[in-house]
Amino acid sequence: MPVDIDIEHVARLARIQLADDEKARLKVQLGVILEHAARVGEVAANDIPPTAYAIARANVVREDVPEPSLPVEEALRNAPDREGDRVKVPRITEIGS
Amino acid sequence: MTELCDLTGAALSAKLAGGEVSAVEILESSLGRADAIDDRVGAFLTRTPELAHERAEELDVYRATGAPLSRVAGIPTALKDVFTTNGVRTTCASRILENYVPPYDSTAWARLSGDGAVLVGKTNCDEFAMGSSNENSAFGPVHNPWDPTRVPGGSSGGSAAAVAAGEAVWALGTDTGGSVRQPASLCGVVGLKPTYGLISRYGLIAFASSLDTVGTLTRSVRDAATLLSALGGKDPRDATSLDGDRLDYTEGLEDGVSGLRIGVVAEASGEGVEPGVRTAVEAAVERLAALGAEVAEAHLPHAEYALSAYYLIAPSECSSNLARYDGVRYGLRAGGAHADSIGMMFETRGEGFGAEVKRRVMLGTYALSAGYYEAYYGQAQKVRTLIIRDYEAAFERFDVLASPTSPTTAFPIGAKVDDPMAMYLNDIFTIPANLSGMPAVSVPCGMDGQGLPVGLQLTAPVLGERTLLLAASALEADLGLSLRPPILP
Repeated sequence: MPVDIDIEHVARLARIQLADDEKARLKVQLGVILEHAARVGEVAANDIPPTAYAIARANVVREDVPEPSLPVEEALRNAPDREGDRVKVPRITEIGS
Repeated sequence: MTELCDLTGAALSAKLAGGEVSAVEILESSLGRADAIDDRVGAFLTRTPELAHERAEELDVYRATGAPLSRVAGIPTALKDVFTTNGVRTTCASRILENYVPPYDSTAWARLSGDGAVLVGKTNCDEFAMGSSNENSAFGPVHNPWDPTRVPGGSSGGSAAAVAAGEAVWALGTDTGGSVRQPASLCGVVGLKPTYGLISRYGLIAFASSLDTVGTLTRSVRDAATLLSALGGKDPRDATSLDGDRLDYTEGLEDGVSGLRIGVVAEASGEGVEPGVRTAVEAAVERLAALGAEVAEAHLPHAEYALSAYYLIAPSECSSNLARYDGVRYGLRAGGAHADSIGMMFETRGEGFGAEVKRRVMLGTYALSAGYYEAYYGQAQKVRTLIIRDYEAAFERFDVLASPTSPTTAFPIGAKVDDPMAMYLNDIFTIPANLSGMPAVSVPCGMDGQGLPVGLQLTAPVLGERTLLLAASALEADLGLSLRPPILP
């Protein structure tokens, strides 16, 4: 049976604004995909360890050596908006009720 | 008529070294081909003829001094538009990065460029490499050079089409679930996905980090070996890159398959495989047996769960990786007045991402959300372990595994766009190698009844590239296929 998901909740978590028709379509499509995907539960027994990376690497460390970094102008070249040497964004505090 | 741009990299490199042609002549041949046919193929999102000319002219000056050239020097090269290129727009075929000009080179491109390769352009692909038909590009589809009413496969569809059509001599792609091998199969070229971590991912714009692999699209197995030799080796900028120096993978390429143990994957021959694909693949395996390989049936009992695991793991990683597109530091910011930054992020992502990217980000967000993590992502990671164990057991008996690359040949544009599950099934035979990190190659092995190319997939154990390429090379030499798409002049 297709999985019934709370599409509004997931869209909020994903920070994506969706139109009503997109929500309706995604709810159906994700339900079908998840029904198929849930088959992993048929064989994933408790005694099987999970794999995050197929070729596991232990902690990879290096010497902490300072190197030249990207010049400010280069780093800001793609910024949608800026003020001096900073990226400028709309208000980030919540507006009081 | 065969032109310079139709030759392999190895043939062109020999001509350059012998003084028969110049780098500029080779370049002009490739640029001329793209001028003539790219309006019908649509392989490129950005072309770089001026930069390419500068580079080719420099090389010719350098060559005139008698200095030796590397095997990639002077070869017209295309890059899937997910590799960052310093000063050259890199879009991931997405509105959200439509005007992004990276301030740095990816390691893969830096290595080829450092060896003298000539960039002719950035190729179209599915948005953020998510797709199997190239129809998810925000900038329009790519048309298969074998039949422009059909898809080239995906997500590296532009790279595969450009190489098949002679618009580039070779190209780089990326393979997260089959995105190099499947389009190679559908376009009649060689597609190599090396072992995970063998080629640095630095500057490869991330989709699913535990699966993303840089791969090559070439018109010969030797060219794949040549590119891998230039690309491999540890990169301090990618902590997941494997230790080890660059190796020369062209050594021993023609040693033959006598005594090689080849397992034919039983689970990859069932329903869903088109008769034309099955016939060509079986004939290719028979040729390998005739060349002295020992062929028997192999089993990957958990392969049927690979697709399910992949469509939890890849979207989960993508939902995390794509969180960076928030309209703050680079990329699209939705227009108009915004009450606050959070609202701006919602609007930017709603406007900037296409349907498939939204689908996968939503899927991954759900699979990682509180209450569902263990049932979906956690279980999928266990299936990943089972698939690795299947391969380990199979490789105790076999050196190489064989299967079709894709269950079908190129399908008509539009045929599967409304059915995500049908589209995802394109990758059913390629996904296991991504989940297990194993190297795999798609090599052209014949045509179906409609004259469309079929690819044979060979898979080897971790770091078994030499064996893989040796087997592919033996088949290629034995079949001697003439792979010239009818669209070419």
